[in-house]
Amino acid sequence: MDRDQLTESLTKIKNELIKVEKTVDSRLYLVCESLNAHKVSNFIFKTLGCRFVTATAIDSFHYYEVLYHFSHDQTGTVLTVKALIRDRENPSIESIAQFIPGAQWIEREMHDLMGIEFRNHPDMRRLILADDWPQGVYPLRKKTKDEKVS
Amino acid sequence: MEFFQLTIDGEIVTDIDVRLSYNHRGMEKIAESLQFDQIPFLVSRICGICSASHPLAYVQAVEELAGITPPDRALYVRTIINELERIHSHILWVGLAGHFIGYDTVFMWAWKYREPVLDLLEEITGNRNNYGNVKIGGCREDIPDEIKPKIIAELDKIATKMEMLTKAILDDPVLHARLKGIGVLKKEDAINYCVTGPTARASGVDIDVRRDDPYAAYSMLNWNVITQPQGDVFAKAVVRLLETFESIKIVKEALVKLPKGPVAIEVKEIPAGEGCGRAEAPRGETFHYVRSDGGNRPVRHKMRAPSYVNVPSFKASCLGGNIADVTITLAAVDPCYSCTERLAVVNDRNGKILHDYETLLKLSREKTEKIKKELL
Repeated sequence: MDRDQLTESLTKIKNELIKVEKTVDSRLYLVCESLNAHKVSNFIFKTLGCRFVTATAIDSFHYYEVLYHFSHDQTGTVLTVKALIRDRENPSIESIAQFIPGAQWIEREMHDLMGIEFRNHPDMRRLILADDWPQGVYPLRKKTKDEKVS
Repeated sequence: MEFFQLTIDGEIVTDIDVRLSYNHRGMEKIAESLQFDQIPFLVSRICGICSASHPLAYVQAVEELAGITPPDRALYVRTIINELERIHSHILWVGLAGHFIGYDTVFMWAWKYREPVLDLLEEITGNRNNYGNVKIGGCREDIPDEIKPKIIAELDKIATKMEMLTKAILDDPVLHARLKGIGVLKKEDAINYCVTGPTARASGVDIDVRRDDPYAAYSMLNWNVITQPQGDVFAKAVVRLLETFESIKIVKEALVKLPKGPVAIEVKEIPAGEGCGRAEAPRGETFHYVRSDGGNRPVRHKMRAPSYVNVPSFKASCLGGNIADVTITLAAVDPCYSCTERLAVVNDRNGKILHDYETLLKLSREKTEKIKKELL
C-alpha cells in the first residue's frame, strides 16, 4: 500500500470524521468528535494495521483534545486521530485499550495528568502520580500552575 | 524508574505488575515554560544514554511544523552522533546481560570496548553524555575534518574487538541453552503491545524509523535493518550485536561522505502549527509531538520514550516462565540499569515478599552454572 492508497482507504470512515488535515506528506490528522474516536482508531489499528505510538491530551480552553498517534510503518506516515471532547466539566472518552493493550499505560497517564475519564478501560489505577498526590489536581491542565501543591 | 512486582506459584511467574513514578519529573509541564531553543537541553536529560535521540526527535518535530530544512552537513553530523550513541548503548547492554546470567568476563570486556566510543563522543561534542549538540535548524558544533581519520581508526579497532566478542557469544553452547526459548515475545503480542526497536525486530516485526520514515542522512547511506523471528532473549542479543556493526558501517560511511558547508541555518520565529518528530533511539522509536500557537514557547510538548511501550510487554513475555529467567527476560528489552534493580517477588498464596533483586540475580546466575555443568 502506498501513501495515496492509504489516503484513499480513509474514505471508508469519512462519515465519522469532521475533516482530514495534511501538514506535510507524511502526517495526516483525522479530526473527529470524541464519540467516533473509538471506531476510527479501531479501523486504523485493525483494518489498516497501523502501529499505536502514543497519545497526547491537550487542554485547548474551549474543549479537550486527545490525539492518538498511529504509525503506518510501510509508508512512514503518522496518522493522528484528533478527538475533540467538548464537555469541559466531565471530560470522558471511550478507551481504546480494550483492543490495544499497548494503549493501557498512556490512557492511565492522561487520566492522571489531564483528568480525562477513559470509559471501560481495563485497569484505571494511577500510573504516574504519587499515591499522596491530591485528588482532582491535574498537572497538565492550563490553569494548574507550576507551584507546590499542598 | 520502575518497580517490578512478580507474583509466583512455586517457581512459575503468574503475574507481573509495574509501578512507575518513583521519580516523575514533570518534563512535559516544564517544556511549556521554556523557549523553543531551550528545550533540547531539557529533553536530552530524559535519559543520559538516549541524550542524542530525544533532542533530535524534538527538533525534527519543530522543524516540521516550521518548515525548516537544516543544511546537509548537519544531517550527517546528527547521524554520526546518533549512531555512536547506539553503538555505546548496545555494547553497554551486552555487558549487563552477561552480568545477569553470570558471565562477568563478557561484562568487563564489553564495558572496556564501550569506553573509547564515549571518548569519541566527548571529542566531538565536549561531553560523554548530554551532548547538547542538536538545535532547531542544525547543530551547534561541527565535526572537525582533522579528527575524521581518528574516529575511523578507533571504530575499526572496536569492530575487531566486537567481532571477537560476538563470535564468542554466538558460538557458546551454554548461552544457547540458557537464552534460547526464554522470555519469548510472540509476534502477535509484539504488535498488540506496540513494542519498538530491537524488542520488536527480535520478534519478527520489521520496523525501524530510520528506514521507514527517514530523517537525518539515513536514506543517503547503505545499511541494513536486522530482524530475527524467534522473539526470545537470544534473538534480542543477536539483533543488538549485529546492529552494532551496522552502526559502525553507518558512521564510517557518513564520515567519508560528510558534505562541506555550514552546520546550521538561522531560525528566528516558530509559527503556529503542530509537528511529530521521530528518531530511532537504541531501544526503539522516540516520539515527540509539539504544538505551537505562534508564541516563543510550545503550548504542548508530548515526549514518548521507547521503554514506555516496551516495558508493558513483560505481561506477555514473563508469564508462565521460571523466576530464574525473569531477570534476563526483563533485561532483554534493555530498560535502564536502575530499573532492573527494583525487583521483588511476592508469594501467590500469602502475599509475602520472597525474593529481592539480589536473590533473583543469584537464581539467574545459578541456572547458568547448572547448564554449564550439564553441558561440560
